[in-house]
Amino acid sequence: MTTKLFGERVQRREDPRLITGQGRYLDDLGQDALAAAFVRSPHAHARIRDIDVSAAVDVEGLVAVYTWEDLPERVRDPLPLLIPHPALTHGRTAYPLARDIVRHVGEPVVMVVARDRYLAEDAASLITVDYELLKPVVGVEEAAQGVHLVHEDVPGNVGAHMIQEVPSAAGLGAREAIDAAPHTLAFRLDIERSASMPLEGRGVYARWDADDRSLRVYSSTQTSTSVRMAVAAKLGLPLPSVEVIAPDVGGGFGVKIVHPWPEEVLVPWAAMLLGREVKWTEDRREHFVSSAHERGQVQHVRVGFDDEGRVLGLDVTILHDHGAYTPYGIIVPIITSTQLLGPYRIGAYRVEFSSIYTNTVQVTPYRGAGRPQATFCMERTMDKIAAHLGKDRAAVREANFIHPDEFPYDQGLIFQDGRPLIYDSGDYPESLRVLKGLIGWDGFAEQKERAAAEGRRIGIGLGCYVEGTGVGPYEGGHVQVTSDGRVHVSTGLTSQGQGHETVFAQIAATELGVPLDRVSVVTGDTRRFGYAVGTFASRAAVMSGNAIALACRKVREKALGIAADALEADPRDLTIEDGEVRVAGNPGASIPLATVAVLSNPLRYAFDEEAKRATQFSGAASMDRPPVAEGEEPGLEGRDYYSPVRSTFASGMHAAIVETDPETAEIRILRYAVVHDCGRLINPMIVEGQIHGGVAQGVGGALYERMAYDEHGQLLNASFMDFLMPYATEVPLIETAHLETPSPLNPLGIKGAGEAGVIPVSAVIASAIEDAEGIAVDRMPISPSELHDLRSRAGS
Amino acid sequence: MSETTGERRYAISLTVNGTVREATVPARRLLSDCLRHELGLTGTHVGCEHGVCGCCTVLLDGEPVRSCLTFAVTVDGREITTVEGLAGPGGELSPVQRAFTECHALQCGFCTPGFLCTVTALLRDNPAPTEDEVLEGISGNLCRCTGYQNIVKAVHRAAELTAEAEGGAA
Ligand code: FES
Ligand code: FES
Repeated sequence: MTTKLFGERVQRREDPRLITGQGRYLDDLGQDALAAAFVRSPHAHARIRDIDVSAAVDVEGLVAVYTWEDLPERVRDPLPLLIPHPALTHGRTAYPLARDIVRHVGEPVVMVVARDRYLAEDAASLITVDYELLKPVVGVEEAAQGVHLVHEDVPGNVGAHMIQEVPSAAGLGAREAIDAAPHTLAFRLDIERSASMPLEGRGVYARWDADDRSLRVYSSTQTSTSVRMAVAAKLGLPLPSVEVIAPDVGGGFGVKIVHPWPEEVLVPWAAMLLGREVKWTEDRREHFVSSAHERGQVQHVRVGFDDEGRVLGLDVTILHDHGAYTPYGIIVPIITSTQLLGPYRIGAYRVEFSSIYTNTVQVTPYRGAGRPQATFCMERTMDKIAAHLGKDRAAVREANFIHPDEFPYDQGLIFQDGRPLIYDSGDYPESLRVLKGLIGWDGFAEQKERAAAEGRRIGIGLGCYVEGTGVGPYEGGHVQVTSDGRVHVSTGLTSQGQGHETVFAQIAATELGVPLDRVSVVTGDTRRFGYAVGTFASRAAVMSGNAIALACRKVREKALGIAADALEADPRDLTIEDGEVRVAGNPGASIPLATVAVLSNPLRYAFDEEAKRATQFSGAASMDRPPVAEGEEPGLEGRDYYSPVRSTFASGMHAAIVETDPETAEIRILRYAVVHDCGRLINPMIVEGQIHGGVAQGVGGALYERMAYDEHGQLLNASFMDFLMPYATEVPLIETAHLETPSPLNPLGIKGAGEAGVIPVSAVIASAIEDAEGIAVDRMPISPSELHDLRSRAGS
Repeated sequence: MSETTGERRYAISLTVNGTVREATVPARRLLSDCLRHELGLTGTHVGCEHGVCGCCTVLLDGEPVRSCLTFAVTVDGREITTVEGLAGPGGELSPVQRAFTECHALQCGFCTPGFLCTVTALLRDNPAPTEDEVLEGISGNLCRCTGYQNIVKAVHRAAELTAEAEGGAA
């Protein structure tokens, strides 16, 4: 009966198809399509001297082989630099197929199209490429010395250099403030590379309709609208002749926001040229060496603070390894440098980063997008201050918190959306209080002593973060009520497992007063909604959620107007419940939304019984005004957009208790607690799921995952056998508490939740290990053998 | 399609989800590809093709196997259950399927078919597993989305649902 679904633990509407094998992922489509495969560079840095395809042409079932030379204008051009920035003075992007030089292992060199994937790979394996080896540049510090260059025309391998500085209230620069502070510390913090690593890789499938001269592309992407614009531009097609659909997507976590990938240009181009359906599905090794990585950063910190642990000045210098190309600009180091401040009011801040080329896979955002590094930096700093002063780590944080009465709080920096970094709302002291209770912070010292008495080493750690979520520029929503009373919702951004169909349906059902099962939701299909940005930066619920709510409100208003006419009532006395418009206080007077939908569209032709009501002789229409009044449109539908003035800021705090084995240095997480504040919750079950998944990826990043490049630029662990992601046995039980500080910036009061879980984990685990061991942990991830080395060096 | 390749093909017959299915495949065709592309059963997913992720898990004569490590020709005449075959004949969801949705044990759903097959066999052999037995039982399947917590919960819930159903039937 109740249609108040916002905030409920509603079960997912995606599930029935996904648990019965009826999902439609990229490789499930186009069963008769030709298959593409790629010859990729086995070298990190080399000049292509010659490509010999002659042995491949005899392979049965081979359809075509393409090198860069074969590509037409536009298709052959370098891929777009998606996010230009004035500080990115030397942005470089790859050619879709290598031209002359390859700059990382895995760069595509030749495209093969054949009847099936086996045959395409047979042909690819017979193509020989003659390379002249060049000196590979590996390791960000080596690269920053600029002895050997990744791009001949990029001096020092520096793609970008940027400084942001916020003086203290007294006008001191960070360096002056540090020098003047009673206490100072300087140290270095490292984070290694990992990757999004969705279980479904990338993939693209294209159909060219020669009769219609139109192209339909399916891509496992986080942004179908933008892929559409890129493909239309590359292929010189009118935008309305190209449609792009993101089908069910098996995880994204950031990597699939990058576009157009070489394959997203080449597969549609080949489909058009050959007049045949063509599909490419990435395999796991390809995903390791030819998509994108993230996280690798070296950070040098100087901090000055007072006796209470209050930070008076903070100076951070970051070396960011962005790999061989910069299609996504410098978003990751910008986010690190701005989100580093977390929930704190810092005296004076200076941050400088250099974004450096290396002969490795390009770096683009992976869930968290620079924030795990930022939080590692800030939270390790807090711990070091506490250790230096002999103070409680939580107390030092508390001394630095921004207080609830200080919002909106301006950090004085420019955020990743080009807008001021102004926090909208939050309650950090309360978060910390809840977290301390949840993990048992205050009683831990005794627990630790008891464990020590048994010969066990345990430690506790915590980490706090603030996450800018819901960045613009905008998203839209379209809502249509059809004459059967069903509600069809569409939005342009895409889904990769977040449960958008469910939460958007909850919003629409609540706004419109209809049962949930009457609402259907489509995302990421440009045939249904052409204007969108994409799914990243924990923005889907904030952006599309609010846009859909606003579109529903338009529909609701229209429905009430039509119903008021039909019921001869005042629209202000009407409510919509359970799919019926009712007159308040008059139980007999009501009209189903289905009928309102019929009446909303004046008809000449009655296509069914119900439609008769809307035809010209039904007597329903007023003779005093045109059937469609001025400023009105036929149909019960609405479209609206949500475009925020700036981001919302979610926050959270995590704590963990770990145990380290005194003999083997094995690290076990005994408990993991999360307090999370993403504003109003649409569906707590789904938010918790997002947190669990994020924490699991964080655990991977803290203890297991790294990209092991050797000095030749070979990725030594490019398989699931060697790149260790957590299984169920590695992820602790996650205890979660929610705080709901609504955002004042949007109608629903929500903030994003997608990335949060991953952000502080490395900081938290490092803090806990340090507490257990009494040895500084300044580099993550940390393996048992690394902990063992730390112990040997510390002589313990 | 097959005549134009030089590659020799083999006629095989598999009982998939209770139905006899014929296919003609080269010796190197993986069972995962055969199911997905020859037989159109795309519910079985491929996440790594080297035997680590477990997405491609199907039941071969009732036992979970990685279909990406199995050549289709080697299972000629055998019985296979895929995710498409887990629901009852009338489409009623199995306890494992119900528990997964009840407990929010899936997000993108890509790993889910492998988990569902693994857990179906696990609970058949051990209808009331302990926490450690559950962890052990699913420790060969990767999920990048859920953090496993709700999957573990779902396995216990499925055990409960099965027990209830059997209790009700008895
Ligand atoms: S696809 Fe078979 S185990 Fe990964
Ligand atoms: S639900 Fe996405 S990998 Fe498991």
